[in-house]
Amino acid sequence: MWGGKLRLPPTSDPGSLTMRERIGRTGGELRRLAHDRGLLLVLVVVVALVATFVVFPLFQVFRESIFPRGQFDATHFVRFFQGAPFLITPFFNSLILGGLVALTGTVVGFTFAFAIARANVPGSRVFRWIATLPMISPPFIMALAAILLLGNRGMITQVIHNVFGVRWSIYGLPGLVLTQTLAYFPVAFMALEGVLRAIDRSTEEAAFDLGASKLRTFVKVTLPLAAPGIGAALLLLFVISLGDFGNPIVIGGRFQVLTVQAYLAITGRYNMPLGATLAILLLVPTALVFIVQRYWLSRRSHVTVTGRPTPSTAHASGPLLRWVLFGVLCFLSGVILLFYGMVVYGAFTHLWGVNHALTMDNFRYVFSVGRRYFMNTVQLAAIATPIGGILGILIAFLVTRKRFPGRKTLDFLSMMNFAVPGIVVGIGYLLAFNAPPLRLTGTAAIILAVFVFQRMPVAIRDGAAMLQQVDAAIDESASDLGAGFMRTFGRIVLPLVAPAMFSGMAYMFATCVTSISAVVMVVSARWQLMTVALLNDVDNAQLSRAAAWGVVIIAVVLAAIFVLDVLVSRLLSRRGSHGR
Amino acid sequence: MAGELLLQELTKVFFGLREQVVAVDHANLAVEEGSLVTLLGPSGCGKTTTLRMVGGFEIPTSGEIYLAEERITELPPQRRNTATVFQSYGLFPHMSVFENVAFGLKVRRFRRAEIRRKVEETLALVGLQGLGGRPPNHLSGGQQQRVALCRALVIEPQVLLFDEPLSNLDAKLRVETRDHIRKLQKTLGITSLYVTHDQAEAMAISDLIAVMHAGCIQQMGTPYEIYAKPANTFIADFIGRANFLRGRVAQITEGEMVLDLDGGDSIVVAASDGYAAGDRVKVVVRPEAVDLVGPGEGELSGAITLAHYTGSMATYQVELPDGEVFNVEVLSPQEKGFLEPGTEVGIRIHRKSVHVLDVD
Repeated sequence: MWGGKLRLPPTSDPGSLTMRERIGRTGGELRRLAHDRGLLLVLVVVVALVATFVVFPLFQVFRESIFPRGQFDATHFVRFFQGAPFLITPFFNSLILGGLVALTGTVVGFTFAFAIARANVPGSRVFRWIATLPMISPPFIMALAAILLLGNRGMITQVIHNVFGVRWSIYGLPGLVLTQTLAYFPVAFMALEGVLRAIDRSTEEAAFDLGASKLRTFVKVTLPLAAPGIGAALLLLFVISLGDFGNPIVIGGRFQVLTVQAYLAITGRYNMPLGATLAILLLVPTALVFIVQRYWLSRRSHVTVTGRPTPSTAHASGPLLRWVLFGVLCFLSGVILLFYGMVVYGAFTHLWGVNHALTMDNFRYVFSVGRRYFMNTVQLAAIATPIGGILGILIAFLVTRKRFPGRKTLDFLSMMNFAVPGIVVGIGYLLAFNAPPLRLTGTAAIILAVFVFQRMPVAIRDGAAMLQQVDAAIDESASDLGAGFMRTFGRIVLPLVAPAMFSGMAYMFATCVTSISAVVMVVSARWQLMTVALLNDVDNAQLSRAAAWGVVIIAVVLAAIFVLDVLVSRLLSRRGSHGR
Repeated sequence: MAGELLLQELTKVFFGLREQVVAVDHANLAVEEGSLVTLLGPSGCGKTTTLRMVGGFEIPTSGEIYLAEERITELPPQRRNTATVFQSYGLFPHMSVFENVAFGLKVRRFRRAEIRRKVEETLALVGLQGLGGRPPNHLSGGQQQRVALCRALVIEPQVLLFDEPLSNLDAKLRVETRDHIRKLQKTLGITSLYVTHDQAEAMAISDLIAVMHAGCIQQMGTPYEIYAKPANTFIADFIGRANFLRGRVAQITEGEMVLDLDGGDSIVVAASDGYAAGDRVKVVVRPEAVDLVGPGEGELSGAITLAHYTGSMATYQVELPDGEVFNVEVLSPQEKGFLEPGTEVGIRIHRKSVHVLDVD
C-alpha cells in the first residue's frame, strides 16, 4: 500500500541544488512551450513586435550616436565632455528646468492633494475636475495660452506695455516653469492624493492623543509618511519635464532644451548623429531616475495598505487652514480656467494681438483645409487604441500568468518605453524605419506604431491591474477544460476585462490625440496630425487658428471619453445579470 | 497493478530573488484507478503545488508524472485529460451555468445536441437540473461548488483533481457536499486526487491518505493506518490529538513488549519490529484511548488541572508527577460523572491503542 517512500525534510545543501534545479526549470518551461503551440505562436509574434518596435529603434539611436555611417565616431560625446556649449547648454538647461518644475509641480500637486484628501475643502469635486483637465488635453495648450496672455502680442503684455512702457514677455525659463507646472502638476496630485488617502488616520490621531499640535503632527507624522510619495512625484515630474517637447518648442524662446535641440538638429540641420547624441543625453538622466525610483524609493514606502478604507472625517486641519487652502485652490483653479478660457476665446478671434473681433473663420479653416489633419488624427488614434489596449492586456497576461523562459526579459523590454522620452522614441523610429526591410517613413503605419508602442507600458500596467481582478482559477479552468491559449484569452480573459479595458481606452485615445513629442518626428506631408498643425500655426504666428486646433483637440478627447463611458455603462447594464 | 496516476520523484522549487523554496521534495505517489487519494497536510506543506503540477498549472522542476502510462510531465493543462475543481471554483462569470458546463465540450467539438444531452445529464447528476440558464453568481455557494464539479465531470477526465473544494462552504454544507462527492466518485469510479488541510474531511472521503509535511510525503496509508500507526511525531500530532510519553524497552517476549515509562509504571504493548531491549522510545497515547480510574490504579497518576464539559464529551488535562500534561477525553460523561479540577486520578491506558515511535 506504500506508494511513496518515506523521506525526511530536505537536509541537502541548497547551494548544490541550485545549478541542477535551475537548469531543470528552464528545461521544463522549454519543453512545456514545445507542447503548447498556441502560446508559442503568440510569444513569437509578441517578441518579434517588441524587438522590432521597442528595442530596435532604441538600439538605432545608440548606434547613430557613436557609429554614424557605420564607423565609430564619438566626436559629439568628446565635445560634450570638453564642454562644447551646443551640447552642454541644453543639457544643463533641461536639468535646471526639470528640477524647478519638479519642485513647483510637486508643491502645487501636494497642495491640491492635501486640500482634497485631508482638509476636506468645500467644492473638492470641482477642484478635482479642474485638476484632471490638463491630463486629457495636449500639455502645450498651457504654452499656447501663456502666449495668448503673456507672449509678444499677449493681452497682459500689451497692458503692461501701454501702462508702464516696458516690453516684457514670458518666453524662456519663466514661461516654461509656469506652463509645465500647470500642465503636469496633476500627475503629482494624482500620486499624492492616493498616498495621503492611504495613510492610516489613526497614526495622526495617535499623535494628537499624545499631545502633539496639528503643525507638529503634520511635520513629524504626515509628511514623513508621505515622503516616499513626494519623492516619487518629484522624480516623475522631473522626468516628464525633461521629456516635454510641446511646451519648450512653443514658449522656450532662446532657452535651449534637449528635446527641442534634438528635433532642430534633425529637422533643421539634417544632422542625425547630433540629434541622436542629444537624445542619448536626454535618455541617460531619465533612465537613471527610473533606476533610482525602482530600486531605492520603492523600498521605502511606509504607507500601510490595509485595503479597508478609513472614513474620511478630516481632523488634519483646522478651519483656518481649510479656508486658506480653499483660497489657494481657487486661485490656482482660476489660473487654469483663465488659461483654457483664453484658448477658447482666442479660437474665435480673427488674428490674435491684432484683430480680436469675433469670427468662426478659424473653425471653418480647421474643417475645410485642415479636415484631413482632423480625420488622420481621429482615425489613426481610433485604430491604435484598441490594438494597443488588447496588446497591453495580452502582454500583461503573458508575463503575469504564463511561465516561459525569458519572461522577465520580455516584461522589462515591453515596459522599457516607459523610461524613454517620446522624442527619443521618435528619433529611433525615424532611424529604424527609414530603409528596407522595414521602410515605414511617410506611411500611416509608422504613426500607428508610435501610438501603440509608446503607450504600451501604460496599457500593460493597466492590463496587469485589470487581470488582478480576475481570479487565476478562471483562466486556469479554461485551459484545464481543454481551451488553447487563444481561446482562453479571447473567450474568457478579454470579455472579463472588457469594461475596464474600454475605460482605459478613453485615456489611451486621449494620449494619442494629444501626443506630439514622438509623432512629430514621423509625420509626413501625407500624414499630418492636428497637434503638429497646431505647432505649425504657432510657428507662423497664427495664434487664433492654433487656438482653434486646441479647442477641437480637447473637444475630440471629451467626446471620446463620453462615448466610451456610455459604451461601458451599456455593456455593464447588458451584462448586469451576469456581471462580476 | 500500475497506478492510473503516478508521481515519480516529483520536485518543485520556487526561485525567489534571494532564496529558493523547495515546495515539493521528491514526492512519490500512486493513485490507483477508481480510487480517491487525499494529500493532507498543514498549509504550506506543498500539497496544492503537487496537485497543480498534476493539473499542469505548475511545471515540475524535476521528476515525472504519468497518467495511464503516458508521460504528461510537461504537457500544458489543455493537453492532459485532467479536470480540476478549484477552491474558488473559477466559474466563468460572463457565462450561464449551462455555458460553463458546456465549455469543455465545445472545445472538444461535440455536436450541439450531444452537448445539450451531456450537460443536462450531468447537471441532473449533481442536483442542478433546471438551473442551466442562471448566471453562476446568482447561485448559492454550495450550488456554485456543484457547477464547478459538474463542469469537471462532464468532460469525463481520466483524473479528477480537487483543490480544497469545500473550504468556502459552511460547516454543515461541508459534510453534506463531502458525502455527495464521495458517493459520486465511487459510483462513477473516477480516479481522484484530493487536497485538504482538514483531517476529518480526509479521513471521511479517502481510500488512501498521503500526509505531507515540508514538501515531503511522510506517510501514505488508509485513514485507519494514519491514525492508529502514525509514522512519526508530526503525523501523530497532526492527525487527531496525541499524548507523547517517553520510556525504555524493558524486555521483549513473544509478540509483546514491556515498556518502562519515565515517571510511571511499566506497560505491556504489542511488539513492534525493530526494537531491542534498552532502546529509548516514544509512546503515542490518544486522549480517548485511556480510562480515568482511582488514584494509584492505572499506569499513570496525577491531578486534574483543567476540565471542560462539551456535552458529548468531557476533556481533562491531568498533570503528571514530572510536570507533563496528559490530555484525556471521556465519552458520555453523564454516565461516568464529571470530575472537578483538583481531583487526584489514575490513568489506565488501552494497550491495543498504543503506538510506539523512535525517539527523535
